[in-house]
Amino acid sequence: MSTPMVDVRGVHKSYGPLEVLRGVDLQVQPGEVTVIIGPSGSGKSTLLRSINHLEKIDRGYVAIDGEFVGYRRSGDRLYELREREILRRRTHIGFVFQNFNLFPHLTVRENVTEAPVSAQGRPRAEVEALAAELLEQVGLSDKADAYPRQLSGGQQQRVAIARALALRPKVVLFDEPTSALDPELVGEVLEVMKALARSGTTMIVVTHEIGFAREVADTVVFMDAGQIIEQGPPPQVLDRPRHDRTRAFLGKVL
Amino acid sequence: MTAPAVLEETAAGSAGSLTVIKARHPGRWIAGAVVAVLLAMAVNALITNPAWDWPVVGAYLFHPSVLHAVLFTVELTALGIVLGFLLGTVLALMRLSRVPLLASVAWGYVWLFRSVPLILQLLFWYNLAALYKQISFGVPFGPAFFSVGSMDLIGPVTAAALGLALHQAAYAAEIVRGGFLSVDPGQLEAAAALGIPRARQIFRIQLPQAMRSIVPAAGNEIIGLVKGTSVVYIMALPELFYQVQVIYNRNGRVIAMLLVAAIWYLVLTTVLSAAQYYVERRFGRGLARGLPPTPLQRVRRILTVRRQRPAGGGGGRR
Repeated sequence: MSTPMVDVRGVHKSYGPLEVLRGVDLQVQPGEVTVIIGPSGSGKSTLLRSINHLEKIDRGYVAIDGEFVGYRRSGDRLYELREREILRRRTHIGFVFQNFNLFPHLTVRENVTEAPVSAQGRPRAEVEALAAELLEQVGLSDKADAYPRQLSGGQQQRVAIARALALRPKVVLFDEPTSALDPELVGEVLEVMKALARSGTTMIVVTHEIGFAREVADTVVFMDAGQIIEQGPPPQVLDRPRHDRTRAFLGKVL
Repeated sequence: MTAPAVLEETAAGSAGSLTVIKARHPGRWIAGAVVAVLLAMAVNALITNPAWDWPVVGAYLFHPSVLHAVLFTVELTALGIVLGFLLGTVLALMRLSRVPLLASVAWGYVWLFRSVPLILQLLFWYNLAALYKQISFGVPFGPAFFSVGSMDLIGPVTAAALGLALHQAAYAAEIVRGGFLSVDPGQLEAAAALGIPRARQIFRIQLPQAMRSIVPAAGNEIIGLVKGTSVVYIMALPELFYQVQVIYNRNGRVIAMLLVAAIWYLVLTTVLSAAQYYVERRFGRGLARGLPPTPLQRVRRILTVRRQRPAGGGGGRR
């Protein structure tokens, strides 16, 4: 196989005495969709947040398209980068939050165009055109001038997805994107994500939507207690899990 | 027990034909009447008692020396607020910074300037020349490029403005810091995840949202400072309060002149309160599902609705 788009090796992370990640290895190939499932507190979200350096890791490394996130390698040492450089590298990684985190004082269009203009220095006209295209893609062309609070949760999350895509990222990370939504709004967000997956976007999705995992994922990863217990194609992990812990978890959620 | 009976009656009385009678509130009417009488008495006492000296109030309200004093009060307030909030914002950012020394220095500044009474601080600045005769500019602890006499650099007006601004900065720092803390941490996380540069995160994402809680508190401070400038009278500067004192010492109309000052302070604070209302609306964008109409919009709507009934609410929803 070619070099993975996302390469996570031996990642350890502790909050004080609590070890949240205990040696995680994960490779995601370009264009692949990886869905991470597991019980609360298993370290799924922490892993996702470490991938774009929102959390600093204690040991191991994360590379996106062969480039370390947050560090520079010299010999066998990793030097933490300055904030400016970390911010620049983050623009290669889209991140969609559970609580959307749209900027409430900016319109939908401004939310989408802010980072490409201010962080990547792309020309405003080009970014505006892209924003219009992306909003159409997520079905919100008519909401460009609305403020986030005027939208439903599902609409806000679709704006957040457009905002992440506007950076033209190499990979998009989704942190429980439907967990804060009313049940009837979950579908519209999942539809947008499915379309995105079909278009060949590299995605890592932390979710409790097992149906989504089965339909869209190339690889399903089951995490528990800070480790990856097993991973593989959806039928293998979801229907014929090899580990008891996976079986126990699926028994509760299915 | 009674519920089934009510339902029966409703059914019997051919549903929908029941009329709603609003509850009466005799207590409210009595309370209103009492307050109206008291208010009339107060107005009467103000108008009919000749000791208030209304003709003199009228004569001095727009007297050039009073107007100059009002202007000076406005200038002092503006200087105090603008410089105070600029320095206050810097102090707030220092306090929130990850550099321990910066945070401690900001904390120390707020501690010192909030602890010493304003009037005392003003007198210190006024007497600065007694403490330091010369102020030099040059290499720290090294040679000086040039020196100025303290007296020349800090006159009474500068001392007053400086004193007000430095005192105000301590309060402003806490208000601005509180504003920043009120912003959802998720906002900063989202900005960081999008790779938005640090300065832009502060001024484009955090500050506009912080303004929502900064503005009401800042409004309090500005209005407080309008009146606070009256403390400067101890430095014999011709602001409003000092000026009316000068006049009543000459003409003996103490009450009338105090009224003149009171009226001007009322006017200034009223203008500022109105301004605050509109500034709050500006920073309220996108935060409420719809902003309530301004008083002007309300009047206009009433007029248009009268003229053409079926036109409907207009901008009622967004």
